[in-house]
Amino acid sequence: MTGSHPVLTMTGISKSFPGVRALDNVAFRLFPGEVHALMGENGAGKSTLIKVLTGVYGTDEGTVTLGGEQVSFTGPMQATAAGVSTVYQEVNLCTNLSVAENIFIGREPRRLGAVRWSEMRRRARSLLARLDLDIDVNAQLGSYSLAVQQMVAIARAIDIEARVLVLDEPTSSLDAGEVAQLFRVMRQLRDDGIAILFVTHFLDQVYGIADRITVLRNGQLVGEYATSELPQLGLVEKMIGKELRVLERLDEHPRHDPADRAEGTPLLDARELGRRSAVAPFSLTIHEGEVVGLAGLLGSGRTEVARLLFGADRADHGSVRVHGSPTSLRTPVAAIARGIGFCSENRRAEGVIAELSVRENIILALQAARGWLRPVPRRRQDELVERYVRALSIRPADPDIPVGNLSGGNQQKVLLARWLITEPRLLILDEPTRGIDIGAKTEIQRLVAQLSDGGMAVLFVSAELEEVLRLSHRIAVMRDREMVTQLTNDESVDADRIMQSIAAGAGQEGMPS
Amino acid sequence: MSNRKAGYRALTTHRLFWPVAVLVVMLAANTVYRPGFLSVQMRDGHLYGSLIDILRLSAPLILVALGMTLVIATGGIDLSVGSLCAISGAIACLHISRQPDQNDLGGVLTALALGLGVALVLGAWNGVLVAVIGIQPIIATLILMVAGRGLAQLITEGQILTINSGPYKAIGVGHLLTLPLAIFLALAAATVVAVVTRRTALGLMIESVGGNARASRLAGIRSGRITFLVYVISAACAAVAGFMMTANVSSADGNAAGLWVELDAILAVVIGGTSLAGGRFSLSGTILGALLIQTLTTTVYAMNISPQTSLLFKAVVVIAVCLIQAPGFRARFARRRAPAAAPAPVSEQPKEQVPA
Amino acid sequence: MTTLSLMATRTWSRLPRRHVPVLATLVLLLVLYGVGVSQYRAFSNVQVVFNVFIDNGFLLVVAVGMTFVILTGGIDLSVGSVVAMTAMVSAFLLREGLPAALVLLTALLIGPTLGFLMGCVIHFFDIQPFIVTLAGMFLARGMCTFISGSSIPITDGFWTRMSQERIGDPSGNFVSISVLVAFVVVAVAAYTLAYTRLGRNVYAIGGNPQSALLMGLPVGRTRIAVYTISGLCAAIGGILLSFYTLSGAPLIAVGMELDVIAAVVIGGTVLTGGSGYVFGTVLGVLVLGVIQTLITFDGSLNSWWTKIVIGGLLFAFILLQRLIGIRYK
Repeated sequence: MTGSHPVLTMTGISKSFPGVRALDNVAFRLFPGEVHALMGENGAGKSTLIKVLTGVYGTDEGTVTLGGEQVSFTGPMQATAAGVSTVYQEVNLCTNLSVAENIFIGREPRRLGAVRWSEMRRRARSLLARLDLDIDVNAQLGSYSLAVQQMVAIARAIDIEARVLVLDEPTSSLDAGEVAQLFRVMRQLRDDGIAILFVTHFLDQVYGIADRITVLRNGQLVGEYATSELPQLGLVEKMIGKELRVLERLDEHPRHDPADRAEGTPLLDARELGRRSAVAPFSLTIHEGEVVGLAGLLGSGRTEVARLLFGADRADHGSVRVHGSPTSLRTPVAAIARGIGFCSENRRAEGVIAELSVRENIILALQAARGWLRPVPRRRQDELVERYVRALSIRPADPDIPVGNLSGGNQQKVLLARWLITEPRLLILDEPTRGIDIGAKTEIQRLVAQLSDGGMAVLFVSAELEEVLRLSHRIAVMRDREMVTQLTNDESVDADRIMQSIAAGAGQEGMPS
Repeated sequence: MSNRKAGYRALTTHRLFWPVAVLVVMLAANTVYRPGFLSVQMRDGHLYGSLIDILRLSAPLILVALGMTLVIATGGIDLSVGSLCAISGAIACLHISRQPDQNDLGGVLTALALGLGVALVLGAWNGVLVAVIGIQPIIATLILMVAGRGLAQLITEGQILTINSGPYKAIGVGHLLTLPLAIFLALAAATVVAVVTRRTALGLMIESVGGNARASRLAGIRSGRITFLVYVISAACAAVAGFMMTANVSSADGNAAGLWVELDAILAVVIGGTSLAGGRFSLSGTILGALLIQTLTTTVYAMNISPQTSLLFKAVVVIAVCLIQAPGFRARFARRRAPAAAPAPVSEQPKEQVPA
Repeated sequence: MTTLSLMATRTWSRLPRRHVPVLATLVLLLVLYGVGVSQYRAFSNVQVVFNVFIDNGFLLVVAVGMTFVILTGGIDLSVGSVVAMTAMVSAFLLREGLPAALVLLTALLIGPTLGFLMGCVIHFFDIQPFIVTLAGMFLARGMCTFISGSSIPITDGFWTRMSQERIGDPSGNFVSISVLVAFVVVAVAAYTLAYTRLGRNVYAIGGNPQSALLMGLPVGRTRIAVYTISGLCAAIGGILLSFYTLSGAPLIAVGMELDVIAAVVIGGTVLTGGSGYVFGTVLGVLVLGVIQTLITFDGSLNSWWTKIVIGGLLFAFILLQRLIGIRYK
């Protein structure tokens, strides 16, 4: 690996979208025969950089050099033809076709226009043998596990004489054994001289396979490091960013003595709750008036925990008690009946109903709980909507315009209003402040503090440590789909301590030897 | 001037602008072709005229389309309504034909209850297939579309079942307050559907499920129940339409009653501005759509063109309406016009900032 | 752990799940035929089987075209009307005195042209196939009545020869020319689907259109092609129907699209696309044909039972597809 020239060089890459500078003067190098991890939190610009590389987006500025020649791909097909192949998180193959066909479709060996099936199978077998994979190439792809499908996708990618292989979060739905199998294949390909760009959210995996790491943050290059020279804690700090810690504290909101809160029967008591291939079993209690922060990197299982506690996904392990009585949160309806509300991180797809009005979006959960036969009287609707539009300063203050016309921050406030009028006892907020402007962000943070003072319990999921530290009474830390530790947020806890937990798990000092 | 321009823009981009425009043009064309078209006369205490005819003949379509609107608003489709019309009409006619006195009001009411009851059961069957078993609506309702025709013929034993019942006939051709009774029935059904959807929260739930099924689930809406319900309502509407169709001709023909009405109904809904993808629905738009289709048919008929050929015009209307509403077409059209429009001051809504 | 999960999924793969529906149809067909033979002596006559083909040859051809469309996850409601329009145009042009060869060519061009246009609208404007082909159905049916309000008889020599030609064995059993044409269409279609890029792309698009696009397959071109093929098959079906009836009638083949869709689904093709075979469609058409024959033989049963039974079979097969885990999107 050392001494050779990079197969791929990207320099001075900038890319803007309306209102957002997604990439700002970013540089990236990739050497033949290396696995190079691209790291960064949400909005860091990883996916934009990959899309620029694979020709999905054009660049505003900067150059891409592949094998010494400057290139400018106008589409994924062109990139593939030039030797840059991509395997995405969702396997983009056709599960209804055979394994062999998935590898070769579009490039089938033919004679006189007729597909030569036996030749295709033979070549598929030898290609898969190269990946050390012994499966029936005639079987339908859908009959194999996701890991095998992922590997078939890689086989398809490398058959096209790939020089650069981009693996975009290929491991997010694989279990440990499957990951090991994938890594074996990746090492094999690396030894064959292929350059691999690897995106993952699992720190263990980065240190398990990557030779070098490039970190992006807020669309800018933080740096390029050799894996052996960058400790895990250092990586986490570079991803999250030190400067966040010097932000002024929300000083008008004194942190309560956690002891008051954690007394008596907990409002919610989850024991060994878990779901296969989503999150390992965890135990968590939340008391009335308590804000529990859920910290962790993107993809660490934060969202999965939130969804399990709301019944959005069904747990296949463990039990839940609400106010001491055993219950099962199998559906959102069941959770709502027990006084739980949930704002999804995915505001557009799982939150607002864009074509309905602000008013309709706000009363939706309350109305759903009452059933369609008992409509909320119009006067009560007006009253509620007006009160919350004012209290949360939702703009524009017209309750009859479609919510799709509002800005992200205001849509988030509409969602908060939707749950607040149901007067929940526990509100689960998954990334409520992501992608919204600073003003709205502060308002929402202040609101959470007020709600907790009023006795409502809040589970606050956020990627921003400072925000979690500022608001929470207790903090649970997620790492690689596991809840690694729970900390009481007293004077001894600061961002460094949490970063150490994220980097290395509970009780360890964040320094791999 | 810019104000007037903006007003014009608001008008032409209104959901129902094009349907209304087409309807007006058609009525105008008719008036030019036949100056007496718009006149309404009083004869034997009843009003007569082309406009009245259009209203009367469009009543069954309005009924079916009302139910279809709700189904489409949830993102589904109901292909079985034509067959359901035939079945309910056939059952009612069969029951009446077996009465010793076909004019007995009680017997007619029992017949209507029977027909409606069977339709509700079949609607529930559709609802279970879609909401419980989770089969695609177009496929689930295709089953009854095919089998229902057979059932209708089974009921009438393949014959055209003719009856002679005054009360039943009145549903189709009777009069009330100088106007055809069918108009009142359609109006009553529209009112009932409007009240049921807009005075309760059903309409909101339907639009929510059709607009964003995942978000609706997370807001705690039991979408299965809502979906089930709209298929039952659609079946009920189809049943009443079936009574009207059979009463019109005082006979039940399992083969022909309600043939292709599902296609006309879907068309009416789409013309009325309800998207086939689900979400916001407009009952008044649907009624307008149904009137437009009936006016088209009447116009073609009045111009001495074979009624079947009206299908040609219908095809043109389908294509035109769908193209106007299709985002793909609008985008292409807009792109071509964009350079010319560029100098005009842009006052678009501020776009939301989306981190990439 | 890995080996375990691999093992578990591999046992599944041994069950040829995509073949289950076709096998079920085959079993059903054999059972139906067995019932016929055991109940009616005349049913065992080979000519009964041949008659099923003779009576349903045009249906088979149209169903083959529909199979292409449904495999991509689309639907074509216009086929019945295109069949009628083709027969109508042929009858009209022949009455006007045009030579048979020219009429044949013209008639065979109209269907694919309409299909091509519908495919373009579906692809370029992203409008649902259901609506576009519904418009096509109205258009073609309207054309029929535009040409003539009543039936036009065909007296052309070529047509009557095609209609009356019997190809048989010495024992007196025979098939018509239409059956041979249908067999050729089936063979060409089966070859196309199994051995050409177009055919494989059809399956890929039906399986996952987004993936197909990302894998660089010509999605748009393929989609337009299947509607063109369906139009061509409907046109051939229309010619065969005009051989069969020796006339063009404006209201013939009304509702035929439903029979065709039913035959394709009963033949094991999944309505959401990506899974199915032409051979299955042949079986599906035969099932419909045998049911009709059974009902004719019975005498006490009436024709409407055909529709009820078809509806029941549709339900059974859709449920079967669901039970064996073929995914509905």
